[in-house]
Amino acid sequence: MLYRYLPLLLLFAACRKGIVIPRVETEMIAGYQRVVPPGGIVKGLYLLNEGNMNMNKASLDYLDLVTGQYDRRVFTAYNPEVTRGLGDVGNDIRIYGSKMYIVVNNSNKVEVVDAQTVTRIRQIDINQCRYVDFYKGKACITSNDGYVAIVDTATWQIEDRIRTGRNPEQLVVMGNKLYVANSGGYNPPNYEKTVSVIDLDTRREIRRIEAGINLHRMVLDAYGDLYVTSRGDYYTIPSRIYVIDTHTDQLKQVLDIAASNLCIHKDLAYIYSVEWSYITHSNTISYTLLNVKTETKLNENFITDGTDKDIKIPYGIAVDPETEDVFVTDAKDYVTPGTLHCYNKEGKHKWSITTGDIPAHFVFLKNN
Amino acid sequence: MKPGMITCMGACLLLAGSASAQDTLREVRVEARRIPLTINTAHPVQTLAGAELKRLNSLSVADAVRFFAGVQLKDYGGIGGLKTINVRSMGTQHTAVFYDGLQLGNAQNGQIDLGKFSLDNIDSISLYSGQQNNIFQPARGFAAASALYIESAKIAFSEQERSKGKFSFKTGSFGLVNPALRWQARITERISGSVSAEWMQANGRYKFRYTNGVYDTTAVRRNADIQAWRIEAGLQGMWKDSSSWTFKLYHYHSARGLPGAIVANRFEYSQRLWDKDFFIQGSLTHQFSKKYKIAARGKYTHLFTRYLDPEYSNEAGFLDNRYTQQEGYCSLAHHYQLTSWWETVLSTDFMLNTLDANIYRFAYPTRYTQLTALATRMYFERVELQGSLLGTFVNEQVKFFTSAGRKQELTPSFSVSWQPFKAHNFRGRAFYKEIFRMPTFNDLYYTFIGNTSLRPEYTRQYNIGFSYAKPLRGRWQYLALQVDGYYNSVRDKIVAVPAANLFRWTMMNLDRVGIHGIDVNIRTAFLPLTIGINYSWQQALDLTPGGYNYGHQIPYTPRHSGSFVSGVSWKGWDLNYSFIYTGERYSQKTNIPVNYIEPWYTSDASIAKRFQWKGRALGVTAEVNNLLNQYYDVVLNFPMPGRNYRLTLNIAY
Repeated sequence: MLYRYLPLLLLFAACRKGIVIPRVETEMIAGYQRVVPPGGIVKGLYLLNEGNMNMNKASLDYLDLVTGQYDRRVFTAYNPEVTRGLGDVGNDIRIYGSKMYIVVNNSNKVEVVDAQTVTRIRQIDINQCRYVDFYKGKACITSNDGYVAIVDTATWQIEDRIRTGRNPEQLVVMGNKLYVANSGGYNPPNYEKTVSVIDLDTRREIRRIEAGINLHRMVLDAYGDLYVTSRGDYYTIPSRIYVIDTHTDQLKQVLDIAASNLCIHKDLAYIYSVEWSYITHSNTISYTLLNVKTETKLNENFITDGTDKDIKIPYGIAVDPETEDVFVTDAKDYVTPGTLHCYNKEGKHKWSITTGDIPAHFVFLKNN
Repeated sequence: MKPGMITCMGACLLLAGSASAQDTLREVRVEARRIPLTINTAHPVQTLAGAELKRLNSLSVADAVRFFAGVQLKDYGGIGGLKTINVRSMGTQHTAVFYDGLQLGNAQNGQIDLGKFSLDNIDSISLYSGQQNNIFQPARGFAAASALYIESAKIAFSEQERSKGKFSFKTGSFGLVNPALRWQARITERISGSVSAEWMQANGRYKFRYTNGVYDTTAVRRNADIQAWRIEAGLQGMWKDSSSWTFKLYHYHSARGLPGAIVANRFEYSQRLWDKDFFIQGSLTHQFSKKYKIAARGKYTHLFTRYLDPEYSNEAGFLDNRYTQQEGYCSLAHHYQLTSWWETVLSTDFMLNTLDANIYRFAYPTRYTQLTALATRMYFERVELQGSLLGTFVNEQVKFFTSAGRKQELTPSFSVSWQPFKAHNFRGRAFYKEIFRMPTFNDLYYTFIGNTSLRPEYTRQYNIGFSYAKPLRGRWQYLALQVDGYYNSVRDKIVAVPAANLFRWTMMNLDRVGIHGIDVNIRTAFLPLTIGINYSWQQALDLTPGGYNYGHQIPYTPRHSGSFVSGVSWKGWDLNYSFIYTGERYSQKTNIPVNYIEPWYTSDASIAKRFQWKGRALGVTAEVNNLLNQYYDVVLNFPMPGRNYRLTLNIAY
């Protein structure tokens, strides 16, 4: 009796558009301009969009800093053979040598691609991977399961898993030492409050430096000081920056500055904070410029024309090393495509462009 | 139903609209072959019952409700996957689900998993927009934007029968093994009882496929197993003065895997869920005089849920959350017949809800609710008017931290139906209803997510439509048609918004949604073929002032959807075919290509044979579901099964 309905079925079948092979979506940024100092070698900027959890919508965008051409979803376009694409929750992106490492948290993988062409070289499987840094041909990758995986970048073998504190977040290599921010974020109120120091030659944790609770980001300045952010407990303990002297491995200073993320360029730390409070049930957003040489706050900010009001949830920050333009992303409500904003070094808004969902992590591409 | 009331009715065709659910059922049984009569009500109703319900290849209530117009079933896939109903895009929590006349409460998350209700012991499922037409009901019946009434198998005997029973056995894809037994007995002249028991086991495995034209991956869904059993016992009786009472006990246990989202490089999960649902309920109706009667109802519910995440990276190395909900409920409804064409009802319900959980910083809330409804209905031969006013008084207490405090709301509803031509069974109808849903315990108190300053989420419904039923002669037996257009608005919609970070969200009264829709429902019979067609058009727009996606269609809401059901009965053979279509949708708020979800449509077919064997009625049914083996997601990254099979054996004794 099926034949009776066949025309009906075909009618409905016509509504299914069928498979679409992923393509890059390109847009030219209106009024784009970038004055490159002589000898400039930075040519592009990758932006990793996290994508909301379980949506499998992590995506990689590329901004050609020379022409102002903005390409969306380059990873899936250049690697259409990768099953289900880049994956779920892109958490970190770094370039080491000619290769780019993209840490995809909830897909339990690190994608290794050619930094120039974004073609896939290798996938490394690490459970709940978070952040990556490098040391002598090895990639060091934190896993939420409480270890740092040491991966050889030639053989792609996981050589070691070095235990850290609970739920380690960002990590930084300084000399032959690896600093890991432990969060303990899965056990409120029993947060971790230490930075693990690992000797990368012996591959042992050598000490833990006491800092604040629920640590997250860490960035090194030119003087060997490590800036570590503490998220606080979202109730009474506020977010803070802890400064660790990597020469002595001592806590040097606690800065009374709330910080979600920071980026250090020359002597300046560009800091923003989205501090949630369960008491007021609201976010407090702040932007801070800090001189890392003197550890003093500057009076001016990196957005000076009041356009920071257009940012609902600042979620990523980068500073163009050649022009000192500042890039800040807005994650909005996490389920709507975000925006990438660019400000010049005087803090004036230059341009904005729509990104993927939850634009978050940057890496600059330089000429070979 | 009291005889006195029937005589009050005008045309016989109007009967079902005003009858209680029980009587509606009887009506359907008698008339199902001819013409569906339940449609002539002021509030649109869609009913699946009897033979028509059997014709759908449905294992649970969830599978069946997909055939209603204006409904989206949120289905996480597979036999054990969560399945909740969303009527006219107002959101799952705006549909109250009633089982044998009393609401299935869930103060924790406000939603009922319809996949838990196997069709084995179900006689009928009715979906009302607004509320049931019969105003002699508990106040809770007025307290939701739409209501789904599930009626379990009724106890009914022919003159000479003392007891009877039915055994069925289902098996098929997903490793399904599902025996069920039902037994009904007349205990005394005035008391009868029933017991229904069911056991189900399935490994839940099925193939799914994802492709983008270059990669093409087929894998097997795992950790989707389920083991469940259900036992239900009912007693009902009548006293000499024709007062009647019912009593019911219900127990459901399940243990299941929770297969997660299929994302790149991550196809397997290990999370588990256990449910223990228990309730007892009873009702008593008594007619004091020709003009005055009452109905008293009571219920106690105990729901236990355990969620285990062995992959959770805390100190223990796993997450083991246990939640216990309790609900005490009682209701008293007074019905007063003012004149032969005017009745009025006063219903008052009291409810007590508690939630315990072994989680950090938990508030341990207790909610006290009083609902009082005053309803009145005037009915003439060709015109019917209804109005009701519901008062809601809620107070909450917590053991720790802050409580959400007191809330008071007063919400009205009106409806009218009108038959303009005496000779034609054509009725115009309209209703208006304002109602809200309370924030759930999870919305208010869930650690790191809850927000105790939430306000209720309001809906406003405007509906205008008509029903038309025409009995015909010859092979073309009847034609029944319902068309409704509606506008719903949802304001102060409770949505999750980012709080501390991507892993921690919080609830806010943020969104506004405006929904325009049309539902069309056609039934006809052209012997030996019967056909049902549903079509829905919906424009459900995000109207959040200053929102990022103003004017976009809200997620997971197709503009076009529909279903088609047909069956042929011939010499003990039944051949059935059904089709469901869901048009294009978006997985997130922004209507852009990345969020686009293709339409999906599935065809199900079955063949059944009834015979007599040693004086017993025997039935065998073979089903094929998703005949064309289409791979699709209802919820993004939660794949649905491809083609699958089921074999059912029934013996009545």
